[in-house]
Amino acid sequence: MPGLGEIIRESQIWKSIFRHPMPLDRRNRIVVMLTNFFLHLHPVSIKKQGIALSYTWCMGGVTFFLFLVETVTGVLLMFYYRPTVEWAYTDIQMLRDVHSLGILREIHRWGAHAMVITVWLHMYRVFLTGSYKPPREFNWVIGVFLLLLTLLLSFTGYLLPWDQLAVWAITVGSNMARATPILGHEGPGQQLLTLGGVDMITNASDARFALLGAREVGEETLNRFYILHCIAIPLAVALLLAIHFWRVRKDGGISGPL
Amino acid sequence: MTHGLTEAQFLEMAASFLGPFYIALAAMNGLAAFYLWRTNQMKTWFKLPIPFVGKSVNVTNALVWLAVGIVFAILAAVAGSGLASWASLPESWREAINKGTGPVIYSVGTSVGLVVLYFCRGFFVRPAVAWSIWNLMWLFLGLSMTDRDFYEIVAKPDNVPIVMLVFLLAFFTWLATSRAVENDKRIENGEPPLEKLDNEKVLVWPDLVYIELICMIALTAFLIFWAIALPAPLEEAASSVKTPNPSKAPWYFLGLQEMLVYYDPWMAGVVLPSLIVAGLMAIPYIDFNKKGNGYYTIKERRFSYAVFQFGFLEMWVTLIVLGTLLRGPNWNFFGPYEHWDAHKVEALNNVNLAEYFWERGLGMSLPATPELLWLSDLLRPFGQFFSILFGRELPGTLLVLGYFVALPPILAVFVMPGFYKRMGFLRFMVLANLMLFMASLPIKMVLRWVFNLKYLISIPEFFFNF
Ligand code: HEM
Repeated sequence: MPGLGEIIRESQIWKSIFRHPMPLDRRNRIVVMLTNFFLHLHPVSIKKQGIALSYTWCMGGVTFFLFLVETVTGVLLMFYYRPTVEWAYTDIQMLRDVHSLGILREIHRWGAHAMVITVWLHMYRVFLTGSYKPPREFNWVIGVFLLLLTLLLSFTGYLLPWDQLAVWAITVGSNMARATPILGHEGPGQQLLTLGGVDMITNASDARFALLGAREVGEETLNRFYILHCIAIPLAVALLLAIHFWRVRKDGGISGPL
Repeated sequence: MTHGLTEAQFLEMAASFLGPFYIALAAMNGLAAFYLWRTNQMKTWFKLPIPFVGKSVNVTNALVWLAVGIVFAILAAVAGSGLASWASLPESWREAINKGTGPVIYSVGTSVGLVVLYFCRGFFVRPAVAWSIWNLMWLFLGLSMTDRDFYEIVAKPDNVPIVMLVFLLAFFTWLATSRAVENDKRIENGEPPLEKLDNEKVLVWPDLVYIELICMIALTAFLIFWAIALPAPLEEAASSVKTPNPSKAPWYFLGLQEMLVYYDPWMAGVVLPSLIVAGLMAIPYIDFNKKGNGYYTIKERRFSYAVFQFGFLEMWVTLIVLGTLLRGPNWNFFGPYEHWDAHKVEALNNVNLAEYFWERGLGMSLPATPELLWLSDLLRPFGQFFSILFGRELPGTLLVLGYFVALPPILAVFVMPGFYKRMGFLRFMVLANLMLFMASLPIKMVLRWVFNLKYLISIPEFFFNF
């Protein structure tokens, strides 16, 4: 009598999903890495040093996992949240007080803070092991973009609860854009852009206005930050991550002494 | 958060945190002792004679950590049985710390601390030393948590990540440094770095896939635990009339906000952040040192190591800690145990360089701005700007131009000729200018502290202050 496990593994459905036998022997452990979509990001074999926790601290992997956690919890939160001045705050309140899945918000928020920390630690370790040196220069550059996008993800998300903390943090943060040289209406050189004696850079046309969609943090800002936070930046991060991982492999795997 | 609580109620709240906290620390030391014992890494530190018996006990590292664990267990009992106020720093110490700290002491102190850590790294990475410091850091946190003002600021939900960051950075800096120290020794003896020893290949399934799986489960558990233990903050609904004081950006940008003390927003908020990003991207292209690729080392790349560590640990992380934990209402500095009093006034009598030069130095009034009515409307702002720049603000302009234009060639010829030769003109100029920009912040800090200098160049007519 074959056991239940064996029956399942011999079934047509199972075999149609997993294109390989169980990875129990050496040959199949290699096959599994080559034929499984999720695993094929990895090489088949790797230098022991490349997986040593004391070397990589696993920080890139942890950052990626946190990104996935944020994606899943974020999608679920979107079910409960409407990005309007009228509803945003009450929807978050409901998540705290009423919905049984309200803990999603905690996971999402702490996950976001944790991701900022781990991406710094990842960069720290890449620097300390000199892993940005040839041939990995460009992957470091992609990494810097990822760092920037991670911070922007966190920053745009900070506004969404629409409480005092959120609105004033974003106000303080975006006030800086007023002072952008030439392009901010309180920036050095803004007087230089005039057309027939009329200022071109005003508080309704400067860099801060472009960021907020309005003169002050308001409805338009909430909409803008929501779309950036839930769609635009995550897509950009996903694309760059794909390139980042691809480059890790093309550049010869995790760095190590020659 | 602790508003409206009596002192007793507050201590009870603190105790509910401190009990488990000290138990965890006791367990941590117990595990360390156990680990040293099981892995035969016990070392006898000294012999303690037992009176009257004539024998002596070997006091090993494991025994010491066990004793430390017991101390933490006692602290847990003290804190847990309503005596949390006993387990705190004496009032007089806290007063002294409050009085003794300020932006100057803080910044200079952390810089000096980093320099000492760097030069004495061989000493500080020794497990016993590092473990003692680690314990002391936690102890300091625990003893301080019974102080209401300290608790208020550190336990604010959105500040908790910074506390985590500080501890994680301490740990990982130790880990990396201790490997680097070991590698440097090996390299001196002609041996390959540690990383080379793990050169054999292993299959990704199971070796890596399982690590990933375990990491994911552990992380999920950790996140769920954190989410249950600490509710996410939600303050009152937004109001555009009630401005909180202080108004702070999210914590990871508070280093930039702290720079606003020394720079105008166009520098602190726009130019310097852009240069940080550009500078990070430039690192692989200006670091021409081929050594130290793929293993931890310090001696083989002293220069890039020191510059990066100064930039990251001092100019980024400690500024964030300062901006988040020690800056209160009106962005005044408050000691760690000081009440955030919105009415604290700090005299600001900062002076611009032009005022120093014309008024105090030459005893005349500031030169007036020329009208330049003969210029066309389009050109007049340019004309005015440059005539102020090279008129009233000439002393500052010369200093700044000298700094950014004259210093790089001087560096290239006299200070770092080796770098210049190997890097070529363009790369060297990029490196020199990035470093000069980075150094401009500490320089401005010192000018402010010593001379009360506000701006080197101050042209508020054009929002141009530097
Ligand atoms: C969303 C953020 C990021 C994610 C998810 C991520 C993920 C990863 C992963 C999984 C690896 C494999 C090795 C490891 O875990 O250490 C890696 C390697 C690498 N990362 Fe990132 N990374 C991110 C951001 C960055 C940043 C900010 C930098 C640098 C500025 C960077 C530079 C690199 C480099 C150079 C490597 C190759 C390291 C080596 O071969 O040793 N990455 N990254």
